[in-house]
Amino acid sequence: MDEQYKTAVDPERAPVIEPGHTFGTVTEKISAIVLTRPASNGWFLGFGIAFMLTMMLLYSIGYLFLKGIGIWGVNIPVGWGFAIVNFVWWIGIGHAGTLISAILLLLRQSWRNSINRFAEAMTLFAVACAGVFPAIHIGRPWLAYWLFPYPNTMKVWPQFRSPLIWDVFAVSTYATISALFWFIGLVPDLATLRDRAENRWAKLIYGMLSMGWRGSARHWHRYETMYLLLAGLATPLVLSVHTVVSFDFAVGIVPGWHTTIFPPYFVAGAIYSGFAMVLMLAIPIRKIYGLEDFITERHLQNSAKVMLATGLIVAYGYGIEAFMGWYGGDRYDTFTLWNRLHGPYAVPYWMLLICNIFIPQVLWIRRLRTSPGALFFVSGVILVGMWLERFIIVVVSLHRDFLTSSWGMYYPTRWDWMTYIGTIGMFLALMFLFLRILPAISIFEMRTLLPEAEVKAE
Amino acid sequence: MKRDPIYGTMAEFDTPQALIDAAKRTHEAGYKKIDAYSPFPIEGLAEEIGFHFNEVPLVVLIGGIIGGLTGYVMQYWMSAVDYPLNIGGKPPHSWPAFVVITFEMTILNVPRFAFASKDRFFLIVFSSDKKYHRAETRQFLESLAPRSVSEVPS
Repeated sequence: MDEQYKTAVDPERAPVIEPGHTFGTVTEKISAIVLTRPASNGWFLGFGIAFMLTMMLLYSIGYLFLKGIGIWGVNIPVGWGFAIVNFVWWIGIGHAGTLISAILLLLRQSWRNSINRFAEAMTLFAVACAGVFPAIHIGRPWLAYWLFPYPNTMKVWPQFRSPLIWDVFAVSTYATISALFWFIGLVPDLATLRDRAENRWAKLIYGMLSMGWRGSARHWHRYETMYLLLAGLATPLVLSVHTVVSFDFAVGIVPGWHTTIFPPYFVAGAIYSGFAMVLMLAIPIRKIYGLEDFITERHLQNSAKVMLATGLIVAYGYGIEAFMGWYGGDRYDTFTLWNRLHGPYAVPYWMLLICNIFIPQVLWIRRLRTSPGALFFVSGVILVGMWLERFIIVVVSLHRDFLTSSWGMYYPTRWDWMTYIGTIGMFLALMFLFLRILPAISIFEMRTLLPEAEVKAE
Repeated sequence: MKRDPIYGTMAEFDTPQALIDAAKRTHEAGYKKIDAYSPFPIEGLAEEIGFHFNEVPLVVLIGGIIGGLTGYVMQYWMSAVDYPLNIGGKPPHSWPAFVVITFEMTILNVPRFAFASKDRFFLIVFSSDKKYHRAETRQFLESLAPRSVSEVPS
């Protein structure tokens, strides 16, 4: 508690919570968004658009099931198109949520308390969007359950030496643990909502979800142990999920994929894009709901610094890839490097370098790190850049096969775009709903940040 | 069995510090069946009410071990015993390839169990406590300078 208090009032830095708040005002302000504030027209408009995009997603998936994946641009040699690009992009975005909630908790970074809840929600929704793609990509989605080991009449089992099966386990574990972590974090706040709700149904539903939480010292004691342990378990997941995703590439012998730099550089890239998404959500949310007291300049700055650091790791990854393409002496690797720089997909490659490496360097400037508008813009640029990175990895390596006779090109069709934009709509729609029915900031963790919460050690 | 008409006597405090001091004194006065309620976790409060043993880490450890073993044994049995297939000349029991799923199962199997909410802090002495006496306990709690003391009917 001591440290938390000090960081909260350190005059050198922007505070984690603006001064003047008490236990009551924190509770009031956060729960009011859910309980008393009526939904605004802006909310209905935003949710409406997001909902229509979700419908577009369902429509394009429905048509896909009817026609087969021939409606997409994928073909031999590029069998992995938008579906895999988007899958990796979404899974990566989810990583920031887990990093914020688990690793920063273990490192006692108390500033995380005001952004962990919606970052975790973001993780869950991003994983949901990611999960759509492999399932619809397999061509016969009704047989997706073949990926799981279950006793069957064919008497065969999944191929456990394949990274694609590892991925099934990694992603399903990740989704489960993220959901669990999020829910456990919500329980005390659901109890607060239960006690404060006026509406009978709201009381009943929040009451059931809060599972009899009363805030007893025994509850809190077990709860804190549980939460720490879950954080400890989720921490290796932050590193492992994208590592396993990178194995999908690195274990194959395709030039440009078969490299040991992939796991760390994928993980860094995931956190990079994840923090960009956190900022793109946090900046409008704090503005619209007047939460500048809780999501302060400090949070924006810290997130920007994380982006700067992980962005440099990503830049290092690109550098090593290029260096090894030249130094390794393998003619296919050398060609892949040349092809990235000068081939038919050179424009997206240079755009990727601009978006991921050059533009984010403006974050070295303190004034831009504290300006919500500039951060929002840079975050958007990073998200585009990280999407292009996966596009380059998937498409450029595949479209030039080992034999020139099997070279080809990949052009996404409108169905590819509709599915991709549809998942963005689904993500936003879920986010809009989340803001209205659950506390977007952890109420009880905010209470612990207040100076009044301090107790003297014996 | 006749149920006690009173669940316990409860005192209300304004600050976490007051609660923790009161909990300490109540425990020292010999009350054992007590509990404290707060809107956020307070460090050391559980110890003050005499709650030391915490089974959570043990359960998690056992769950993790069972999960990891299940993951590994499942892969071994399916790939090397029940239906061995030669894939790329790799041995049926290719343990390095099994590490990832073993790890994921370890994390996944950690059991999925789950178990005053605004700005006040409460301390209760349950009527089932041996030392509980309606008037005396009330008097004792009042001596701790709470905001108020009330009886909780069962």
